[in-house]
Amino acid sequence: MPIATSSQTIGPYWHLLHDKAWSDLTRFGATGDIIHITGTITDGGGNLITDACVEIWQASPPVSETFEGFGRAATNAEGRYTFKTLRPTPLPGPNGPAGNSQQAPHIALTILARGLTKALTTRIYFHGDPGHETDPVLSLIEPQTRRATLIARETKPSVWTLDIQLQGANETVFLEI
Amino acid sequence: MSAPNLTPFRPEIAGTQPDYAANIYGSTALRAPRHAPVRIAQSITETTGPQFRQDRYPGNPDISKVPTGEAQGQRIVVEGHVRDEDGKPVPHTMIELWQANSCGRYHHEGDQHDAPLDQHFQGSGRVFTNAEGKYRYTTIKPGAYPWRNHHNAWRPNHIHYSLFGPGFATRLITQMYFEGDPLLKYDPIYNCIPDEAARTRLVASFELGLTEPEWALGYRFDIILRGRSATPFENDQTPAHAHAHAHDHGNH
Repeated sequence: MPIATSSQTIGPYWHLLHDKAWSDLTRFGATGDIIHITGTITDGGGNLITDACVEIWQASPPVSETFEGFGRAATNAEGRYTFKTLRPTPLPGPNGPAGNSQQAPHIALTILARGLTKALTTRIYFHGDPGHETDPVLSLIEPQTRRATLIARETKPSVWTLDIQLQGANETVFLEI
Repeated sequence: MSAPNLTPFRPEIAGTQPDYAANIYGSTALRAPRHAPVRIAQSITETTGPQFRQDRYPGNPDISKVPTGEAQGQRIVVEGHVRDEDGKPVPHTMIELWQANSCGRYHHEGDQHDAPLDQHFQGSGRVFTNAEGKYRYTTIKPGAYPWRNHHNAWRPNHIHYSLFGPGFATRLITQMYFEGDPLLKYDPIYNCIPDEAARTRLVASFELGLTEPEWALGYRFDIILRGRSATPFENDQTPAHAHAHAHDHGNH
């Protein structure tokens, strides 16, 4: 049986693909609850990571003519990523619509960079949303104090901030999917 | 619209993917997380993923030239199939490509290697697989270049690939290498992959049948994306270490 091709780092020169427009998921005319998501990415030495490719994907709101659900951003000289998108709503759990579990609103986030041999995946949740206690992903994370590393806070109206640490005392929880 | 396919994708085969931490690759030291990732059951967020329309993301299958001229170097065509782990073609999926020019220099401000830039080389491209999962593009064979991972470190010739596939969980970033490259055995990035057979699958083979007479050499590079589990709606909560029992990373 064929085996999935191995990952290799995206390296420092992936910007040859980069198109700044891709960080705005509303660019095809999406309307609704528009939010900005931003944050810094730091390494285990406290250094800002200025060469990362950050991608987000959300299954809610559903993909449409005006909303593709996908965005890509480069971290800037201050190690910061920023997206403009629509705020997601709750989603069915891992068993699909037939199951009875529900997921709190979330966006999947991937970090690709020099020094990462394969993608790092995590999620963005929104502080104050209902359903965090029973969310099938958040509730897997132990100790519970680490769950906060996935929860963005509204730092200005409609601007949600989630800083990410790849390594160290407050290391972000990453997911194997 | 048809209902989304919510069947989860199969877990990785032990040893076929690099670990995050790799002593031989210096940049991993401060970037690889110390905690093991938390294994989750896949939901609609992971089993579906972005799809790219060719009217919004037009293909660019010949990066060996620009309107004002042709790039320096050995012109090559690269062809291959994108399939899943069941051998089924992955049709109409987007592939992004980027690479150094024939002298081993990227058209990127971060690349200060003392080798010439080539104004006629595009450096990146985009192709889509056809209905049979086949892709093909034309480029220039990239040059090797030095980097500072260790004394006298050189990257082998390689072309970077980015694929999405049918779900968020099938995202793949990889590099295609060239058959017979003497630098492969010294390259920490290539050798981060524990399984030798898996490494070898990243090496494109020269194929005379793909060569365009009097025009370009031909290489074949096939890609496999994760396949969906045989059991629909499987809610697999098995800890990652139970799947990884066959791991032996001791030599890497």
